[in-house]
Amino acid sequence: MNVHLILFLAFGAVCVAGAVNLLAQRHPINGALSLIAVMAALAGEYLLLGAEFVAAVQVIVYAGAIMVLFVFTIMLLNAGVEERTKGSRVAILFGIPGLLLGGILLGWVVLRHSGTEAVAAGALPGDPNTIGQLLFHEFLLPFEITSVLILIAIMGAVVLASKPPSAPARRVED
Amino acid sequence: MALPIWLFILASVIKSAIVLGVLLTAVAYTVWLERKVVGHMQNRWGPTRVGPFGLLQPAADGIKFLFKEDLTPPHVYKPLFIAAPLIAVVFALTSISVIPFGNAVMIGGYSIPLQITTDVNTGLLLILGVTSIGVYGVALAGWSSNNKYSLLGGLRASAQMVSYEISLGLSLVGVLIMSGSFSLRTIVDAQGGHFWGFIPRWNIFHGQVIGFFCYLMAAYAETNRIPFDLPEAETELVAGYHTEYSAMKFAMFFMAEYANMITVACLATLLFFGGWHGPLFGPTILQEILPVFWFVAKVFVFLFLYIWVRGTLPRFRYDQLMAFGWKFLLPLALANLIATAIAVAW
Amino acid sequence: MVPLSYYLVLSGFLFACGVAGFLIKRNIITIFMSIELMLNGVNLSFVAFAAHWHVLAGQVFVFFVMVVAAAEAAVGLAIIIAVYRTRETLNVDQVNLLKL
Repeated sequence: MNVHLILFLAFGAVCVAGAVNLLAQRHPINGALSLIAVMAALAGEYLLLGAEFVAAVQVIVYAGAIMVLFVFTIMLLNAGVEERTKGSRVAILFGIPGLLLGGILLGWVVLRHSGTEAVAAGALPGDPNTIGQLLFHEFLLPFEITSVLILIAIMGAVVLASKPPSAPARRVED
Repeated sequence: MALPIWLFILASVIKSAIVLGVLLTAVAYTVWLERKVVGHMQNRWGPTRVGPFGLLQPAADGIKFLFKEDLTPPHVYKPLFIAAPLIAVVFALTSISVIPFGNAVMIGGYSIPLQITTDVNTGLLLILGVTSIGVYGVALAGWSSNNKYSLLGGLRASAQMVSYEISLGLSLVGVLIMSGSFSLRTIVDAQGGHFWGFIPRWNIFHGQVIGFFCYLMAAYAETNRIPFDLPEAETELVAGYHTEYSAMKFAMFFMAEYANMITVACLATLLFFGGWHGPLFGPTILQEILPVFWFVAKVFVFLFLYIWVRGTLPRFRYDQLMAFGWKFLLPLALANLIATAIAVAW
Repeated sequence: MVPLSYYLVLSGFLFACGVAGFLIKRNIITIFMSIELMLNGVNLSFVAFAAHWHVLAGQVFVFFVMVVAAAEAAVGLAIIIAVYRTRETLNVDQVNLLKL
């Protein structure tokens, strides 16, 4: 047991607990909070892998912006406890055993066949400088395209969420 | 000379204790200062009864908060109601950990940086991340209180903070372009020296005036201070998101707000006003202390500015707030960024 | 030193939880959060593989995934608000008519 493995397991435990909690909780705000915990723990995993910039962006963008939007929507729409329907009970009945089976199978295959090459802590230092070099040289075109994507998303969100225009006042003929 | 590991841990613990103590005292006395200054601005005295000049007032307030009954209203969602003030105060206090206060000091042959953590490469990003998570304290407090005024306050707070965070980030990018690093220590080091021998080489004198303006406005909005204190607007929302809170839980929100103010002031000092750079003179021991003194003095000026603005300006209307953030501040921050980039590339 | 497979198992688990949540949840916001969970699982494997193969492009991909997630959150939540405005429900089982 080394420090790296212990930290990996600690953050991983938080991830797993948060993900399971997201499934178990019935109130969306509890789900959102457990998802935030997952994201924060994932930032820790990224730090372990040396991707410090990705970790920071994960916290700022995911936990600090996207999830705030979710919490905001939950608060705005005053979403209550979700009701269980028959369909979802059936899904639980068959889904959970299926999930466990698939997970165990996948884990077994991966653990069995991927060998034991280890990833060292901070194996690939992803500091802002090198990331930026890569992003603005090799990935310049995708970067620009994503900016267009964001623009479209902004416009879409504004159009969708704005109040539907009230029917134009009918002009009185003659 | 690098420290042995046990000495490093010891030094970290001592530094954390000192910084936390100083920070909490500073929070208490910023409240005192605010009451005093605003009082004088409004032709009142402010606190005068407890101790000379009311200097023991913060202690009296603290004792009052501790001994008041901690009410929990019946229809609140309890886990989040209790967690929300903790979230607010914990993240407000965390962000101070990456802020450097001065150069390294030499103690017994070891060089100890005046900063709780060692200088992390992404210090500024860390602060941004921690402050962006701090929103949850306010939002969840508003939601879990199960009260329409609280909910409105929480909604306003989260919308406002998300909106102004963009301007805040963009206003800092100008400084980042000029210093080429996220490390706060590098940013401060890049601001040493003078132009023409007498104007300090601080970023504010280096063409970042607009950037500083954007930062200041966005930071005031982020800390929910007048003129952006819509989330707790007394005249509209009773007390906004902390309407249902009492005793120590309320005090935690209060502490979080003032700790955030101090973080903002520290950041403004580090990024735009040269951090701990200032005239050095006198014997060696004075030269060791002076940088920290300059840092604290600059932070104090910003805290005073906060209070001054509070005593001067009225509150925005909510649509004005959003229009200001999106239609004025954001384009201004973008223009500043582009201008800085062109100037640096030239 | 942590074997690459551990990261992959964790990533796969998060993805599977996302899929499960997507299928069993009835609240449209929670369904949406499950999608975010899936994206997070994928991101972890990207970063782990980047460290494993010493190719920084893996970390750059994470940014693109995040951008897509952010755009998706903005548009998706706007759609949710629009749906709520017309149907006054967040239960996907009740949003099953093409016409009001």
